[in-house]
Amino acid sequence: MSISAARDEPVVARTRRPPLKLAARLAPLVWVGPAMALIVVVVLWPVVIMIETAFQHISPDGFILGWAGWRNFVYLWEEPDLPGILIRTGIWVGTVVVGTMLISLALAQLFNQKFPGRRFARWALIAPWAASVVMTAIVFRWALDANNGIINVVLYDLGLLHRFNTDAADWLGTPGSAFAWMIVVAIYVSVPFSTYALLAGLQGIPSDVYEAARVDGAGAWRTYFKITLPLLRPAFIVALLINVMNVFNSFPIIWEMTRGGPGHQTSTTTTFMYQLKESYIGESAAMSVVNFGLVVVIVAIYLRATVWNREPV
Amino acid sequence: MSAVASAPVRRATWPVHSLICAGIAYIVATIFLLPYIEMIISAVRPADQMLDRNFLPTYFNVESFIDIWSTGFGNNLRISLEVAGGSTILVLLVAIPAAYYTARQRFRGRGAFMLLVLVTQMFQPTAMLVGIYREFLSFGMIDTVSSLILVNAGFNMAFAVWIMNAYVAAIPQELEEAAFIDGSTRLGALFRITLPLALPGIVTALIFTFIAAWNEFIVALTLTTSSATEPLTVALNSYIGQYQVDWRHLFAGSVIATIPVIILFALIEGKVVGGLTAGSIK
Repeated sequence: MSISAARDEPVVARTRRPPLKLAARLAPLVWVGPAMALIVVVVLWPVVIMIETAFQHISPDGFILGWAGWRNFVYLWEEPDLPGILIRTGIWVGTVVVGTMLISLALAQLFNQKFPGRRFARWALIAPWAASVVMTAIVFRWALDANNGIINVVLYDLGLLHRFNTDAADWLGTPGSAFAWMIVVAIYVSVPFSTYALLAGLQGIPSDVYEAARVDGAGAWRTYFKITLPLLRPAFIVALLINVMNVFNSFPIIWEMTRGGPGHQTSTTTTFMYQLKESYIGESAAMSVVNFGLVVVIVAIYLRATVWNREPV
Repeated sequence: MSAVASAPVRRATWPVHSLICAGIAYIVATIFLLPYIEMIISAVRPADQMLDRNFLPTYFNVESFIDIWSTGFGNNLRISLEVAGGSTILVLLVAIPAAYYTARQRFRGRGAFMLLVLVTQMFQPTAMLVGIYREFLSFGMIDTVSSLILVNAGFNMAFAVWIMNAYVAAIPQELEEAAFIDGSTRLGALFRITLPLALPGIVTALIFTFIAAWNEFIVALTLTTSSATEPLTVALNSYIGQYQVDWRHLFAGSVIATIPVIILFALIEGKVVGGLTAGSIK
């Protein structure tokens, strides 16, 4: 279309040129503008408001009482439960992500083999990925019930649990065992995506590399550590960072299984932020700013890690 | 992927190695289905056997699926459908033009836009929840379905842009140019040539957005204040009382909210990883 315009008579072209140029400049806005607007309104502007709120003094019923300076951050810093919450957040992200990646490495290897019914087995694997995490967490809460939870029934049948309705059967009643079980659930819902991401990576490794290794007489383990793992690195790093992000922001598992309790003894910074929001929104915003700072660091690492192995967009 | 999986089926015998793999894989697959099997079993447990300590009740009872409709469940199901459907339509409306244009045109700011989309994909509403809450409070949009549609669309658009961009970029531009020569406009070529060819990408984006919005929890928990506007993920929590939990209805509702979504997801299973990892994995 633009070609036919340029071939017009020179005089006409000169008079038409400025509006055409303007139209050409505005064309991207017409196509990309709505998407930009949605990102600005829903993703970027809330960040600005969140940072603003972190420096405001807001009453529990929502009235803005003026600027607070750094006071919200000071209140947050002085929370007696904060050190425990920070340590727990580190343990949460660390154990869930490491556990997820190790299990996913093994499962990706397994599901990359050829065997009868592989397609159906892979379909079963996606269930925890597709299902709402809320629902999955509720089922686990039910299965851990001290009176009749199915996990306790299994443990009883195995002789590992002697009586129902005891402290030993009340997994979610004590912070230590509750947190351990929540880590299990978090790994459980994270494994499907990670396995699929690593499977995609495995399928991208050319088979002649393995041929060469076999000709050289390399054994299975040697081939795995010397060839598969290094070539899987890009997929591994991407899956790892996406997991770090998801697990750090994870809310429904802790919320549905313990509400972060008793006290704040099973809270992470994410659930703590949510609980502060109910009555101290300024302090909650301060917690959010800290969380968001971490998120930005993870995004920066992700961009650095992914841009080098992607052709320029 | 499907070609690889279905080709060996015609083989008559499998080596022992494959059969061992199959055995382990079936066990793993079962483990990943167990919570949803338990969900279904609990939903059809008779009320008087709800707290029994056994794997299966003596008989099944589907009453919970019938009387759940008198608990207001239908209204919350409708809200979930509105939120997920509305977000999906909005995402397609804004993401199709963006994906098409970025795949076809080099323009100033294109790189910046794609980077912004990539960053948006990594962000989750949880991290900026306080900001989202206060923004929609100032808009007077707390407790509305439209606020949930906007937020879900905003955070899921990135996936749609990336995956449809990849599909459009793979369609030869000559096909569109042929349509131009035949007198078609750019929009005409888009609707008659490009979009039909990019349909698998559009369907993937559609199903993915629908499921993500359907399953979303923390934003709905924050932005809704009355049970009339709560989608299912939030509303099902109302069966969990302070002292008693209405497990039967909770699980009947969970089954209705979960099983269709798992089946839908199975349809796009092979294409999701590529969109989520934004082209960083080949």
